[in-house]
Amino acid sequence: MSVTSTVTDTDIAALSVEDLEVVYTVRGVDRAVLRGVSFSIAPGEAYGLVGESGCGKSTTAYACVRYLPRNGKIVSGRVLVDGDDVTGMSTSQLQRFRATEASMVYQDPAQAMNPSIKIGRQLIESFTLLGQSRSDAEKSSLEALRRVRIADPSRVMDRYPFQLSGGMQQRVVIAMALACDPKLLVLDEPTTGLDATVEAEVLDLVRTLRAESNAAVLLIAHNLGIIRSLCDRVGVMYAGRIVEEGPSEQVFDNPQHPYTVGLLRSLPRHGVRKTERALATIPGILPLIGTDLPTCVFVDRCPLADETCHTVVPPVVPIGVSGHYTRCHYPDRIPEMIEAMPDTPIGILARSDANPEVLELTHLSKTFRQRKSSVPALVDVDLQLAEGETLGIVGESGSGKSTLARTILGIESADNGGAVALDGHNVAPNTTSRSTAEKRAMQMVFQNPDSALNRSWSVRRILMRSVEKLTGIKGAEANARVEALAAHLRLTPRHLDLKPRQLSGGLKQRVAIARAFAGDPRIVVCDEPTSALDVSVQAAILNLLADLQSEEKTSYVFITHDMGVVRYLADRIAVMYLGRIQEVGLTDDVFNGPNHPYTEALLSAIPSVDGEATSRIRLEGEIPSPANPPSGCVFHPRCPRAIPGVCEVTEPPLAEVAPGHAMRCHIPLEELRVLQGS
Amino acid sequence: MNDSDPRFPKPEEIVSTPGADVLVPRTTMSSTAVAPTTPAEIELSGVVQVSERQQARRENWRLIRRRPAFIVGVFIVMVWGVCATLGDRITPHSPLDFRVVPNGAHLSPRAKYPFGTDEQGRDVLSRVMAGSRDVLKVAPLAALLGVLFGVIIGMVMGYFGRWVDNVLSRIVEAFLALPVLLVALLAVTTLGSSTWVVIGVVAALFTPIVARTVRSAVIAERDLDYVTSAKLRGESSVFVMFREILPNVSGPIIVELTVRIGYAVFTVATLSFLGAGPQPPSPDWGAQVSEAYNSISAGIWWTTVFPAAAIASLVIAVNLIADSVQSVVEAS
Repeated sequence: MSVTSTVTDTDIAALSVEDLEVVYTVRGVDRAVLRGVSFSIAPGEAYGLVGESGCGKSTTAYACVRYLPRNGKIVSGRVLVDGDDVTGMSTSQLQRFRATEASMVYQDPAQAMNPSIKIGRQLIESFTLLGQSRSDAEKSSLEALRRVRIADPSRVMDRYPFQLSGGMQQRVVIAMALACDPKLLVLDEPTTGLDATVEAEVLDLVRTLRAESNAAVLLIAHNLGIIRSLCDRVGVMYAGRIVEEGPSEQVFDNPQHPYTVGLLRSLPRHGVRKTERALATIPGILPLIGTDLPTCVFVDRCPLADETCHTVVPPVVPIGVSGHYTRCHYPDRIPEMIEAMPDTPIGILARSDANPEVLELTHLSKTFRQRKSSVPALVDVDLQLAEGETLGIVGESGSGKSTLARTILGIESADNGGAVALDGHNVAPNTTSRSTAEKRAMQMVFQNPDSALNRSWSVRRILMRSVEKLTGIKGAEANARVEALAAHLRLTPRHLDLKPRQLSGGLKQRVAIARAFAGDPRIVVCDEPTSALDVSVQAAILNLLADLQSEEKTSYVFITHDMGVVRYLADRIAVMYLGRIQEVGLTDDVFNGPNHPYTEALLSAIPSVDGEATSRIRLEGEIPSPANPPSGCVFHPRCPRAIPGVCEVTEPPLAEVAPGHAMRCHIPLEELRVLQGS
Repeated sequence: MNDSDPRFPKPEEIVSTPGADVLVPRTTMSSTAVAPTTPAEIELSGVVQVSERQQARRENWRLIRRRPAFIVGVFIVMVWGVCATLGDRITPHSPLDFRVVPNGAHLSPRAKYPFGTDEQGRDVLSRVMAGSRDVLKVAPLAALLGVLFGVIIGMVMGYFGRWVDNVLSRIVEAFLALPVLLVALLAVTTLGSSTWVVIGVVAALFTPIVARTVRSAVIAERDLDYVTSAKLRGESSVFVMFREILPNVSGPIIVELTVRIGYAVFTVATLSFLGAGPQPPSPDWGAQVSEAYNSISAGIWWTTVFPAAAIASLVIAVNLIADSVQSVVEAS
C-alpha cells in the first residue's frame, strides 16, 4: 500500500505519515479507525485534511503528536516529524518533542487555556519550559502576542482567558503554539466556534504567520472553503483512508474520486440556487469504526461500484504530474457519474409578489431586563413574508437572529408596541395566549435535533403527540396521519418505533421537521437546521425543505450563518446586526450588491470553496454588547466606510433604495455602487 | 459485523428508506409515499447503533451484577427480607416468649443460643431475625414517599424557576437547617408513635433533600429545545414536567431513592432506639438496643451488639447497592 509522495525528497519532509493504522479499543474489541494513512508535508507547506465527521481526520492529527485518547493505539505505520519517528519515542523524548517540535491548536480556545491563570503567566510558562529565564520569557511573551497582531500585549497579559473574546483567545492560543517555533503546527478546526468575520481575521493571521515561519501546517477542517483558502495540498479522507490527494485547486475543481465528487456536489457552490438544480446527496452513511472494509472503503455508497470494486483493492491512480492521485478503479468514469446527477431543480414554487402575505412584523422589539440594565436584543423590526416564500435571516452571533425567531413564535413575548400578524390578524405576543389554530400555523425546526427531540420518547410518540395536539385528531386516524407524515418525510414505519438516539443525525433532523409539519403549518421557522450536520446530509435536508415547501406552500423563516446555504434556499434575505435589520432584499440583489457595508464585510469574509473571492473588507474590533449599543448607526465603529460626523450621530432609517431592496445606511446607493464596484 | 459480508447485511439490518439521502430524480417524488424503487438503503449507523447501545447498557448491567459490592449488598438485603416475611416461622425459638428458657436470663452465646439470651430469657437470635420486619416496612415506604414529594417540589422549583424557585428554595433551606432528630422526636411525641407517623416524619425530612437534587437535574433539561417545542404546541406545564422531563431525569431520581432507603433505615432505627417507634416487647432492632444497652457495663454485650450489627449490616448493604446503581446510572 505504498503511495507516491509528492514531497520527492522524503528526508526533508517536516511531517511524513507512512501507512498509519490506528485502532480504538471499545469494550475489549480493537476497532480500526485509520486504515493505512500516508501523506507528507514539506517544511512551510500547508496540508489540509477534509472529510465528514467520523472519517478519521482528528485521529490522524492526534496520532501525529501521539496524543490519542487512552483507548486508541497505533498498530502499524510510522509518523516522522523532521525525520524522527514519533511512534517509537519514549515518554521523555515525547515530552521534549511536544515542547519543541510540534504544536497543536484545538477547536475551542477557551478549553485550551487554564481559566484561572492570567494569560501572561500561561504564556511565560510556555517559554520558561523551553529553558528561557523569567525576564527573557516575559519579553518573548510580549513579542509573541505582537506577532499574532494583538495591539496591546501588556494589557492582554494581565487578563484572564474569559475576559477575552473568542477571536482574541484563539490568537493567544496560536501565540502559545508558535512559542517553540515548531516544525509542525497542527490546527484542528481552529475557527469552527468563531463568527464569520472573526474567522476571516484568524485565517488571515494564520496565512501571514505561515509566510513568516517555516512550520509545516496540518489543517483539519470540515469547511472546505477554509481548506481551499489556506492549504497548498489537500487530502480527502473517508473511513480512515485518504481516497484522493492533490493540490487544492485541482482536487476542488477537478475531483477524481466518486466520494470527493459527491462531497463537492452536495455543497451549494458557485452561487447555485434552488431554482437551478437540486443539491446532490451521497446515499447511505459512513461505516462505523471497526467495520471490515477489505477493498475500496467507499464501495457501499459509490454509484460507480461494480464487482471489481467489491473484490479488488483499488489502485492509486496518478492524475497528471502534479502529485494528484485518486484511489479508484474508474477515475475515467467520473464524468459519467456527474452526468447522472440531477441538474433539474427540485419542485419550486414560483415566487410572485402577488402571493398573499402570511406574516407581517411591525415595529417588533424585544428587550431583556437584567438586574439593573435593559438589553435591547431586537429593535424595531419590520418584515413581511409571503405565502410559499423563504426569508433568510443572516448575521453573526449576538445579532438577534434567534431572538427574532423566538419572538415571532411567542416563546419570548415582544415588547409593547410591536405586532406579529398572521394572515392579517394580530396574534398574542405569547404562545400560551394564542389559539390552537395560531399555534398550528407557526412551528419551528431547531438547530440541534438531539436537544429538540425528547430522548425518552419514540419517534411515533413524538409525532403522534404533535398531530393530536395541533390537529385534534385522535386514535387510529391520528396514527394513520403519523404514518403518512413519516412516509412523506421519507422515514419508514420501522423508524417510528425507534428512540431518537438510535437514529443518525440526518434522520433525527427529519423527525424534527416532520413534527413541525404535523399540523400543516403556514410558517416554519428554521433556526440553523443544518449547521449540526455533515454537508451531504445537509444537502438532503435542504432538498427536503424545498420539496415540502413546493407541495405545502409553506413559508420559511430560515436562520443561518452559512451564506452558501442561504443563497441556495432563500428568496429574500434580511441581514441583522445588533438586533436591527441592516439590509433586506431579494437574494440576487443582496448577493450582487451594492450592499450595506456590513453585508459587504459578511459576504467577503466567507472563504469560498470555489477559490478566493474578490477584494476583502476587514472589520476592526469586536461586536459591541447589545446592552450598550454605539450611538448613531450601530455599525459605525466597525464600518470601513463610515462618514465621520454623520454616522456616529444619527441612526439611518431602513429605507428602500431600490424596489424591494432596503438598507440602513447614510451612504447613497450610487456611491456604494461605485465604492463596491458592483 | 465482522462475521458477515458487509455487502449483504442480515435482513434485520436493512432498513429500506425510500429516497432517504439518495439521489432521486424529481419525477419520482410525489406527495404520497414512494415505493422503494432505489436499492434498499442500508442504514448502517441507524441499526448498528441500536445494537451497540443496547449492548452497552446490557454490559453495564452485567458489570454491576458482577461487582462484589452489589452481590454482597443484595445478598444481605435478601437475607433480612426472608427473615422479615417469614418471621417466627423460621426463627429457632419464639422471639417474644420468655418462657423458652426457664431461668435462662442473660445466657452468653452458646450452641443452643448462638446470640445468647436477654434479661427475660428470650433468644436474641430469634429476636434479631424477627426484628427486621418493622425497619424493612417503614424505611422503603418512607424513602419512597420522601422521593415522591421531593420530585414534585423539585420539579416545580426547577421548571418554573424565578420567584417560585426562590420562595421554595428558601423554605427547603429552612427545613434543611432543622436538626433532623429533634424534629422527628418532637413530631412523634406530639403525633404519637404509630408506624404511619414514623413514615410520614422520615418522608418529610427527606423531601427537601430530594427536591434539591431533582431541581438541578430539571434545570439542565428545561432549556432544551424539546421543552420549547412542547410549549409551541400548547402543552400544559404539568404535562411538560411529568411526561416530557420526568423520564429524562429518572437516573438521578433512582439513585436518590436507593441512597434515601439507606438513610431511612438508619433514621428509623435511631427513632425506635429513642423510644419513638415500635414499643416493647416488639423485637425491633432499635428498641432492642435501647432496652439492652444499660447491661453492657455488666459485661453482657450480646444483647446490644447483635441487633446493632443487624442495623449496620442493612445500612451498609443498601449503600452498597446504591453505589453500584449510581455508577451504572452515571455511566449510561
